[in-house]
Amino acid sequence: MSTVVEHVACSFCGCLCDDIAVEVEGAHIVKVKRACSNGQGIFMDYDPRPRRPLVGGEEVEWDAAVAAAAAILRAADSPLIYGLSSSASEAQRKAVELADRIGAIVDSTSSVCHGPTGLAMQAVGEPTCTLGEVRDRADLLVFWGCNPDQSHLRHFARYSLNAKGAQTPKGRADRTMYAVDVRETGTTKKADHFLQIDPGCDYEVLSTLRLLVQGGEPEGETVGGVAVADLKELVERLKSCRYGLFFMGMGLTMTAARQLNVAELFTLVAELNEYAKCSVIPMRGHGNVTGADQVLTWTSGYPFAVSYARGYPQFSPGEFTAVDMLARRAADAAVIIASDPGAHFPRPAAAHLERIPTIVLDHGPSVTASHATVLFPTAAYGVDAAGTAYRMDNVPIPLSQVIETGRPTDEDILGRLIEAVRT
Amino acid sequence: MMLGILGGRVYDPRNGLDGQVADIWVKDGRVVAAGEVDRDHAEIVDAAGLVVMPGGVEVHSHLVGAKVNAGRKLRPEDHRGHERARVGDLRSGTGGTVPSTHLSGYLYSEMGYTTVMEAATAPLVARHTHEEIEDMPNLDKGVFITMGNNHFIMQAIRDGRPELARDYVAWLLKATKGYAIKIVNPGGVENWKWGKNVGELDDEVIGYGVTPRQILETLAWVNEELGLPHVPHIHGINLGRSTSARTTAETMKTLKGQRAHYCHLQFLSYGEGPRHIHKGEAAMLAEAVNADPAMTVDVGQIVFGRATTMTSDGPLQHMLHQTAGGRWMNDDVESESGGGIVPIVYKRTNPINATMWRTGLELFLLIDDPWRVFLTTDHPNAGCFTSYPQVIRLLMDSAFRRQMFDGIHVRARRGALLPELEREYTLGEIAVITRAGPARALGLDKKGHLGVGADADVAVYAEQDDKEAMFARPRYVFKDGVLVVRDGAVVAEVPGRTFYVAPPHDPSVESEIRAYFEHAYTVSYENYAVLSGDLAHTEPVACG
Amino acid sequence: MSERLTLISGRTRKQATGMHKGKDSPEYHAATEIVEMNADDMARLGIADGGRATLRTEVGEIALTAHEGALPAGLVFVPMGTTVNGLVGTETFGTGMPSFKGLSVEVEPAGGEPAGGEGEGS
Repeated sequence: MSTVVEHVACSFCGCLCDDIAVEVEGAHIVKVKRACSNGQGIFMDYDPRPRRPLVGGEEVEWDAAVAAAAAILRAADSPLIYGLSSSASEAQRKAVELADRIGAIVDSTSSVCHGPTGLAMQAVGEPTCTLGEVRDRADLLVFWGCNPDQSHLRHFARYSLNAKGAQTPKGRADRTMYAVDVRETGTTKKADHFLQIDPGCDYEVLSTLRLLVQGGEPEGETVGGVAVADLKELVERLKSCRYGLFFMGMGLTMTAARQLNVAELFTLVAELNEYAKCSVIPMRGHGNVTGADQVLTWTSGYPFAVSYARGYPQFSPGEFTAVDMLARRAADAAVIIASDPGAHFPRPAAAHLERIPTIVLDHGPSVTASHATVLFPTAAYGVDAAGTAYRMDNVPIPLSQVIETGRPTDEDILGRLIEAVRT
Repeated sequence: MMLGILGGRVYDPRNGLDGQVADIWVKDGRVVAAGEVDRDHAEIVDAAGLVVMPGGVEVHSHLVGAKVNAGRKLRPEDHRGHERARVGDLRSGTGGTVPSTHLSGYLYSEMGYTTVMEAATAPLVARHTHEEIEDMPNLDKGVFITMGNNHFIMQAIRDGRPELARDYVAWLLKATKGYAIKIVNPGGVENWKWGKNVGELDDEVIGYGVTPRQILETLAWVNEELGLPHVPHIHGINLGRSTSARTTAETMKTLKGQRAHYCHLQFLSYGEGPRHIHKGEAAMLAEAVNADPAMTVDVGQIVFGRATTMTSDGPLQHMLHQTAGGRWMNDDVESESGGGIVPIVYKRTNPINATMWRTGLELFLLIDDPWRVFLTTDHPNAGCFTSYPQVIRLLMDSAFRRQMFDGIHVRARRGALLPELEREYTLGEIAVITRAGPARALGLDKKGHLGVGADADVAVYAEQDDKEAMFARPRYVFKDGVLVVRDGAVVAEVPGRTFYVAPPHDPSVESEIRAYFEHAYTVSYENYAVLSGDLAHTEPVACG
Repeated sequence: MSERLTLISGRTRKQATGMHKGKDSPEYHAATEIVEMNADDMARLGIADGGRATLRTEVGEIALTAHEGALPAGLVFVPMGTTVNGLVGTETFGTGMPSFKGLSVEVEPAGGEPAGGEGEGS
């Protein structure tokens, strides 16, 4: 006897598509409609059977696991709490509360994703909008250093390139698309204009665009491998469009100039507003990394890389960011929440996680979980744990509990840890 | 749980107490008659020689939600040096012009405030506002929902269907657990999505053909129809511009006789001045306010020093970026709203800032009825709420006011009205503009007074000549009868409740709204509303 | 013979799908233990299409299956994940962000095959 749960939000990526239908039989998900392959994976590849927590690889009761974790935290001088971005905001709030109470450092996957974007926003501001404005108004799209064709699979259909809206009733035909990248991708193939940039030259090209917007003339015929004539054409379009939209990603945040790249883009967008409406939306990767930014900011004042070691929040990227904390061996214990730095961090940083005691909350197997000192098998947010997540454009979306599995949520376990370290 | 606050000089303007010695008795979080409390089992607080007031009621402040949080994230430099360490079970936080949520609660509490209204939230992100509210303790809250650029409403006006707008607004307030109708630059924020604005009440909104005047009139009518406890809360067109005094006066005329609240009136009181320095038109606006008893206002007083401008007025914020330079945040919100953020510094040596400062004080001193003019700094736009004690001193101490006036730019002093205005607010009047008046205007009948039945939100101050020092450091603050502040420092955290309204709507409107969602939004209709289960402590306030 | 090329790592559908199956799944291994290279670079280095290549930085060394891809000369692409992170260092230049893209790597045929040696010595 199956039932269909409608209007479910998929929690995988920053798109947070909330039109998913999930067919459920008891505590099993049997079918998922409208989700992309990642959404399919989130719902169908999850083994929801409740598991016992592990301490040192051995199954124990929940109380014993909590006690073991609390002992680790009490003994630690410099605990790091990391992850957060695949967890609901209710759990993120608990994570920050835990950090506040034990004087930990707390960082989210922002630091290896759009952390530089946050730094750029702090430096120059950010003209942005919600995705519905893109769908309804944007007639000129520029995808810079991102590849939604591979990373945000329903973005074009739901929000951007192909979406139909009030001013864009013909969808794709009502839009001009640019893609800026160092190589040809599935995204660049969809573009009307592909500007292929030499690796590491985004900053120069962005600077040149700013110069062109202000009526200046660059030297030479190419900049960063791009023809100045093509840049001039782009600027003409940007200055005369109805609503221009830049989507940006790791091509800017992970390359040499990092936040300086992003700041140059944000400044370009701000300056374009003298001529035409223009906004920028960062392609946030994880489903609730935006929520992690939001929660950390409203509780501490800062979006990531926060230390509570002195009893109050301090912000220092490069100091309190997780990769640096682990690389310098500055963390002597870690709480990893719904994240796999063991797999996704540079090897030398991941290696430190194998040296220190780690408390891992995750709904499934992961490299990090396989080395956990204490492992809490928690519910998967948006699947068997309800909660709130924040879309890449900061719109909060409610997540459903589609099946009941009896697993505790990240919020539950973090709440228990908070109590346990108090006593 | 029983409490007696005895022998204090009580300022309870709603109940006619203007400093008379009286006892306040509390049982189970409410003020009760003396006979109801068993003195032997009550906690007794000796308030002899102290000033006792209801807890402060903030009528307009930007504290929680999407825009505020963007302002927090934007300005790490604003927080450094303003940290608050964790103490016992209390949380740590950072301050500056946009404090973190726990600290915001503590700082208001430490001034003796117990209720705050979050001034503006776009419906699509109301869920975010309510999440932050859960992390702002010691205060009761309400949320104003921005509607002045809402597509559904503008469509209904265009189609000549005000009742549809009415039912939609009722539905929307319930969906967002909101408290009141907020209107920000009606039509102007929608036009900003086309790179434009409005400048006159009869300008057209692009794509709708409706006007700011129609939006204001319709929403005022809707407010009356729904019997909402508060009135339409209006941030008018042309804020910050030299046309603002004229169009604000026109707006007031348009809505004359209908109840309305004009927020941060100071920012909308400018006329054309020489050399592009706006002229303060406080006298003209004060006259309009005095003439219309249906109207309430809050001032939005400038405080010299750092501030962060953050409003839903997208085109205004862009203009500020163009004039002040520096960082600019903009956010266009689909089908509903917009806004922006620009950090700012107000200097007494800047003739424009000085004129703004002077204009706010003139409004306070020229508006006769303290029940209709409330103390705000439109936090954090004109200044941080932690400066309220300074503003109180400026109102009560004309010598201090004169001294500060003498230190502002000469061009703002020339021909100014302020030095002639020697009026000094009394403690009773301060109790009105910070407590009794806002509570009444908000329709919160258990707030802002200490009569039987009131919530036991009480602030006790040691009277001092320096009124800034006095109001900055209450001796005691009680929230629902629980001691939360002693000697100006928070000692306990209580959660507070969120007030919301739930006026009925014609259920047939839902199918129209549902259909509208298909093309208007990128979220499902089913996922839009904030449900009761999503919120920890809520309390409906009756309509009609 | 080896050359210094620039590496970018990033998301692919197959890498994500493999990740859902688990990072020890054959799908994940297949999706992440590959490198896409410019055809001319491959020819010059003597790496066959479908052959094995060794990539090396001061952090470590990994062996991947090389495929011709739409890459400009000098650029190689490896999907994000456990394998490529064996090359990435922890220098974040004060930002927290390691060099997942724009990383300078030494590339050579696996087993040190001579240039032009398609099928030889493999």
